[in-house]
This record gives sequence, structure tokens and C-alpha cells, in this order.
Amino acid sequence: MSEYFSNIRIGATTIATGLAITLRHFFNAIHRKGDAGIDDADYFKQVDGLCTLQYPREAVPTPALGRYRLYNDIDDCIGCGQCERACPIECITIETIKTTADDLAACGKTSQGQQKRMWVPVFDIDVAKCMTCGICVSVCPTECLVHTPVSDFSEFDVRNMIYHFGNLSNIEAEAKKKKLAEQQAQAAKEKAAAAAAAAASGTAPAPAAKPPADEAGE
Amino acid sequence: MSQSPSLNTWSDALSGFHLGWFPLGLVIVAAIPLVFIALYALTYGVYGERKISAFMQDRLGPMEVGKWGILQTLADILKLLQKEDIVPTAADKFLFVIGPLVMFVGSFLAFAVLPFGPAFIGADLNVGLFYAIGIVALEVVGILASGWGSNNKWALYGAVRSVAQIVSYEIPASMALLCGAMMSGTLSMQQFSVLQSGPYGFAHFYLFNNPIAWLPFIIYFIASLAETNRAPFDIPEAESELVAGFFTEYTGMKFAMFFLAEYGSMFMVSAVISIVFLGGWNSPLPNIGGFALNDLTNGPVWGAFWIIMKGFFFIFVQMWLRWTLPRLRVDQLMYLCWKVLTPFAFVAFVLTAIWEIYK
Repeated sequence: MSEYFSNIRIGATTIATGLAITLRHFFNAIHRKGDAGIDDADYFKQVDGLCTLQYPREAVPTPALGRYRLYNDIDDCIGCGQCERACPIECITIETIKTTADDLAACGKTSQGQQKRMWVPVFDIDVAKCMTCGICVSVCPTECLVHTPVSDFSEFDVRNMIYHFGNLSNIEAEAKKKKLAEQQAQAAKEKAAAAAAAAASGTAPAPAAKPPADEAGE
Repeated sequence: MSQSPSLNTWSDALSGFHLGWFPLGLVIVAAIPLVFIALYALTYGVYGERKISAFMQDRLGPMEVGKWGILQTLADILKLLQKEDIVPTAADKFLFVIGPLVMFVGSFLAFAVLPFGPAFIGADLNVGLFYAIGIVALEVVGILASGWGSNNKWALYGAVRSVAQIVSYEIPASMALLCGAMMSGTLSMQQFSVLQSGPYGFAHFYLFNNPIAWLPFIIYFIASLAETNRAPFDIPEAESELVAGFFTEYTGMKFAMFFLAEYGSMFMVSAVISIVFLGGWNSPLPNIGGFALNDLTNGPVWGAFWIIMKGFFFIFVQMWLRWTLPRLRVDQLMYLCWKVLTPFAFVAFVLTAIWEIYK
């Protein structure tokens, strides 16, 4: 019998406690919970007040070194393709064209002064696939591939999630390809001619005659 | 009971108004509570509850539609109106359609005896309180009809639980109200308020001028939560286990009918508790010396204000409890009803009787 009454007493007191807590929160809804981050000493002290952020208009800032959307600074990219090989889910697609000797100046240097030797007409990152592991960033020799703090980049069409960073348009790429092919053909011809001249003079040793024959085969 | 001459003047005048043979005045008298339910359910009921629940949980609630989300309810209604009105093929068509109607009508009929101030009441029955308790129980029929008619195991479970709960809690609720009836010696809703009026405002309310009244007051309040299926007694519509309980299969405006019925009966029980224990449409402000605060704040319009405010206060307490307490288990629910509330209601009944005889 005493248990019966103590149950009622406990029920009444716990309900009153709970009601007091919810009412305190109700009246605290006139002010916002503080903006102290997890680093602040009084983070756990600010328990009362509204904590909703109205997202598109207000947002918690992403950490400075947070890994979110990938970005490639194509001006620094040397087209080495290491990121493409490192990516565990193959979300990076790279196509490169060797720069011809007369274009080296046009191709330019990276911000650290390294001469770029590749045109990169296609540098596509499928950010829908990207799992932000950061392996590509760690292998990048020129530090041109980085994770940015941009966290909201949703799209209505999944095809828009493929980001194009290539530094040549299709027409330019065609032109560069053609130029390279011509130059290579020219070089091959010159080499073959030189080899033929060497063979004609008869001074070249027998093994040296082999590589031009290979090139002709290609 | 002699009726004071100023009582029910507005509603009597209105009901005497005929347009040719058509009793237009009676229709208007009936329409006023209906409009009231709709307006209050839209504003305070839905929007207010969402905001109150949000604030209690440190959230903001609806904020997008209109400033502070004021138009959110209108957007919801638009959505409900556009929804397809589905009647499941396996459902019992008749019961399925009539369930929400019976429920809403049951909740609305009780408003007939609800005095909106001293000058307005739908029907000043001499058995008003008895009628109110009885007619609200009609909701059980609607719940059972919709739960059974849905032909869905969750709906049926919800309906069975609801019926068991409402029928059980009728007993402590009625006993508690009987204590109020003993204090006043009448069952007329208007006479309850008349008997609790006086120059000292709240001091004339039964809750404050009777030493036992707090016990039936609390018992009735708890039981009224159970009767309206509000948390913590909302096991008939327990989301986490029964999807939505007896209205699982309902869409569109039929679903809205359940909503209106729930909010209608929420206001009804809040109004009943304020009439029986807190003086109904009487102003709680006392006359202080020469400053006749009580006389200033009484009258037909003030009366409507006070009863609505008292009702809204208890609805706020219902919401407050809802966002504080977890849901009771079925056996805990029955334990509370049969082993706690009912014995205490009888004790309160006996104590009130003794007090009324020897005071």
C-alpha cells in the first residue's frame, strides 16, 4: 500500500519536474542559443534557447580544412594523371596532349615555376561519385587539386555533377592534337631520313639501324 | 433554478429570427460554434501547437510560408484539399465513410451546451453537463467504425485501444464532474457559471472556494486527456507502433475531419473543466476596493473572451503535457484509470458530499 502511494508521489513529482523543464525551454525560445563552437570553453553551458539554423540563410561554417567539394586549379595542373590513378572510385577522368616545343611558352609554368609539358583538355571530376577520401589531393605533386569548404552543391540533374576543369576547348584540343601529330610525323620522318643517311654512309653500326625500322613499323 | 433576465439574450433573440418559414437564426446559432472550431483549429490548434511544440524542443517550427510561417496551415489545407480521397477496396465502405462524420458530429454536438459568454448558448439544457459527457462518448462509435471499416490491423488495434481507453476513462471523468455538480446543485452549464460569479472574481470559483475541488479538478483533467486521445494517452494513434492508429487509411478531407474532431473535443473538455471548476465566462479579476475590476470585465463580450481564454489555457496545458511526457503503455493506462483515478474519484465524491452537507 505504501508502494502505491509512493508511486503516485513519484509520478506527480517527476511529471512536475518534466513540465518545469519543458516550460523553461518554452520561455527560453525568445532567444537564440549562443554561437559558441565545440572549441569554446562554454560550449556545454549554453543549453537553452533556439538551436535551429534556417539553413539556406544561415549555416554552420564548414571547418577551414574540411574536405568537401573537389576543385582543380587547372593553371597549376601538369597533367601527370596521378590523381586519376590514385582515385579508388575512378571519379576523375583526364586526357592529356603533349605540348609541342614551340608551345611550351604558351602552356606556361605552374605557380611554383615548374614548366608544364601537357595540355589538359579533359579534367572531369564526377563529384557525385567522389567520396572525399582525399587520396588524390595527397598524391598531387603541384597541390593544384584541393578540397574546398563548399558543402552544398546539389543539382537537379546528376549530369551537372560532373565538373569540367579542362583548359582547352574542343577546337583547340583538336588543333593541338593535329599539331602534335604533324610534329611527331615530321620528327619521325627526319629521324628516318637521318637513319637512312647514316645507313647510306655505312658508318652506323648494325644495331643502330634497328630503332628507325621500329618507328617505321608503327 | 430561476434564470436571471440577462442570461442567453443574444442566442434567444437569434433563434427567434426566421426568414419566411426558414429558421435562419437557429442555423446561425449552430454555425457560430462550427466557425469557431474551424478558426481555432486552424490558428491555435494546428499552427499554435506546432509552434509551441517547436519552442519546447528548442526549434523554430514552421517559418517558410508567410512571416513566421503564419500561412503554413493554409498551405496544409490546400494540400489536403488536393489529395485524392481514397477508399481502400477491402474497406467496409459504409463504415469507412461514416466514421469520421460520426466522430466530428459527436465532438461538435457537445458545443450545443457550451456557453460562449452569459448571452450566448446553443441550448441551455437543464441536463447540459450530462448531455456534454454523453454526447462526447459518441466519438467512440466513430473511432470504432473507422478502425473496423478500414480493414487494417493497425487501424483496428488503434480503434480497440481507443474504445477501451475512452470507455474506461468515462468513469473517473464522470465521477469528477459529479463532484462539480454536487457543489453547484445543477447540471445546467449556464447555472454553473452564474453560481460562480461574484465580486471577488476567482475567489468564487469552485476550485478556490472549495477545499476538495482540486482533487476532482485534477482527476477530470487527466481523464479528459485520455478521452481526447491526447498524449500521454495517445496509444490509439501511437505513431511508433500503429502508423497512425484508427485513421491510418484516411486521406484528404476525411483525415482533416479527424483533426477537426480532435481539436473540437480538446476545446470542449477544456471548456467543461473551466465551466465546472473555474467559473466559465466569469472574469477571474476581483473588485479591489472602489476599483470594480470584476464588474468592468464581465459582460457578454468579456464572457466570450474569458471562456475562450480559459479553454485555450487548458489546451496549452494539454500541449505542454504532450511535449513533456512519453506515451503510456496499455497496461499502465488501465492501471492509472482503474487503480488510481477511479478510487480517488470516489474518495473525492464522498469528501465533496460531506463538505457540501456540513459546510
